[in-house]
Amino acid sequence: MKEVIQDIIIRNSDDYIINMGPQHPSTHGVLRLELSLQGEKVKYVVPHIGYIHRGIEKMCERDTYQQIIHLTDRFDYLSAHMNNEAVCLNVENALEVEVPERVKYIRTILDELNRLASHQLWWCAFGMDLGALTTFFYGLRDREVILDIFEESFGSRLLHSFNTPGGLMHDIHPNFQKRTKEFIKYFRKKLPEYDQLLSNNVIFQMRTKGIGYMSKEVAISYGVTGPSGRASGFSCDVRKNHPYSAYDKVDFKEILDTTGDTFTRYKLRIAEMWESMNIIEQLIDNIPEGDYTAKMKPIIKLPVGEYYQRVETSRGEMGVFIISDGNKFPVRVKFRTPNFANLFVLNKIGSGNKIADIVAISGSLDLVIPDIDR
Amino acid sequence: MTNDQLKEKISEWVSGIEFPENKQYLEVLVPANSLKKLAELLHNTPETDFDYLISLSGVDYVSHLAVVYHLESTSHKHFLVMKVKTEDRENPNFDTVNEIWRTAEWYEREVFDMFGIKFNNHPDLRRLLMDDDWVGFPLRKDYKDEIKMIER
Repeated sequence: MKEVIQDIIIRNSDDYIINMGPQHPSTHGVLRLELSLQGEKVKYVVPHIGYIHRGIEKMCERDTYQQIIHLTDRFDYLSAHMNNEAVCLNVENALEVEVPERVKYIRTILDELNRLASHQLWWCAFGMDLGALTTFFYGLRDREVILDIFEESFGSRLLHSFNTPGGLMHDIHPNFQKRTKEFIKYFRKKLPEYDQLLSNNVIFQMRTKGIGYMSKEVAISYGVTGPSGRASGFSCDVRKNHPYSAYDKVDFKEILDTTGDTFTRYKLRIAEMWESMNIIEQLIDNIPEGDYTAKMKPIIKLPVGEYYQRVETSRGEMGVFIISDGNKFPVRVKFRTPNFANLFVLNKIGSGNKIADIVAISGSLDLVIPDIDR
Repeated sequence: MTNDQLKEKISEWVSGIEFPENKQYLEVLVPANSLKKLAELLHNTPETDFDYLISLSGVDYVSHLAVVYHLESTSHKHFLVMKVKTEDRENPNFDTVNEIWRTAEWYEREVFDMFGIKFNNHPDLRRLLMDDDWVGFPLRKDYKDEIKMIER
């Protein structure tokens, strides 16, 4: 018999409650945390979500599969490409369409570029949450280079909707390979600066080491995936466990750690950035020639059935569950977004700490609020 | 465990089980009254060891309401889709699984919010995404969108 993990909150009328949010700068969006305090110690945390609930799952029921792609950008806007890919892969698998090799390679490269951009933004915002303002300028400086590559190839910087069922919207820009290689060369020099600036900072280490410990059992039971889960030893990398696109052709390691505190979650994301650059370098010179999309019908109708597809976004496991009745509109689309589960663990790992530690812990979980509210 | 072994094991444990056709994964349709028993057995038995609840979704099939559980074992890497359904639209209710997989607490709140399915013994069954005073359950097929929020 396994140990049962319990952290049911019991509220009392004489609890001392303060609200953190909905407009608190450290939540990076509209999230309200109800904190019960005892002195400066936090007794429990109740997250209140739904401030930017847009009903995307309901909207999907009146949209075609091509239109759904554009809605998925708006969940985790920092992993827009991976979110698109989740829906595309699901539709392709359901239709049993084989996409060209070229598409698989480009998708994988873009996934990793997107992951790098996302981790850079997380790094600079995390430093800023803990009072190190310089990180913000360093992070955004490097992220700008990736966004420029995106802009040149897809015409937009953040929400590119570049994937379509069957392939890509159009071919990549002729400069894409050259500029990506230049960026990798540039960023390999810049990434050690991140360690010098923040990771080795004594104040930063004191604020993050040993704070917000999460065990492997807790990570699995709460469904905490992505770098936050892997920092606790939960091997949850979809790229490794269930390879999609060109991930089965590249050699990379799933970075795991078992310490499980805030500093480990931080270190793990820095290590993932190195690994992402490795993956891009293996693929960028080997993009096969060919079409940028498979031949698809203009109106996509999925066969009757239920389909589930998982991908790894920069924050964890993203799942798309589509139920089709054979029409061009789906009956039901459910998105399993990583941040939804990642936020719920906050009470478990955050209670018992001080208020300022909640900022560090929620920062290390790398929350993007639209991804929670959908 | 292979899918066939899982099938055999599950039919041994609980009676009245059905295995609907699913192209991707093994799917199990559980009678509502044995949902909790099967969930506990799947989670606690070392051979099955379904310790990771990936997602929990409510579905309105018009003829009935259902809850779909996507389960994976982190040690054995096998996958299972567990489904439970009810034809009662007035007062649908199932047992909660939040003590087994803690992540279910919020997923069940979301299903309650969107489909009005109640979960017995849930510790904190409030609306999650919609306002507390919202009337109706938006993701149901018979939901009346009176203020034209979705259809223009």
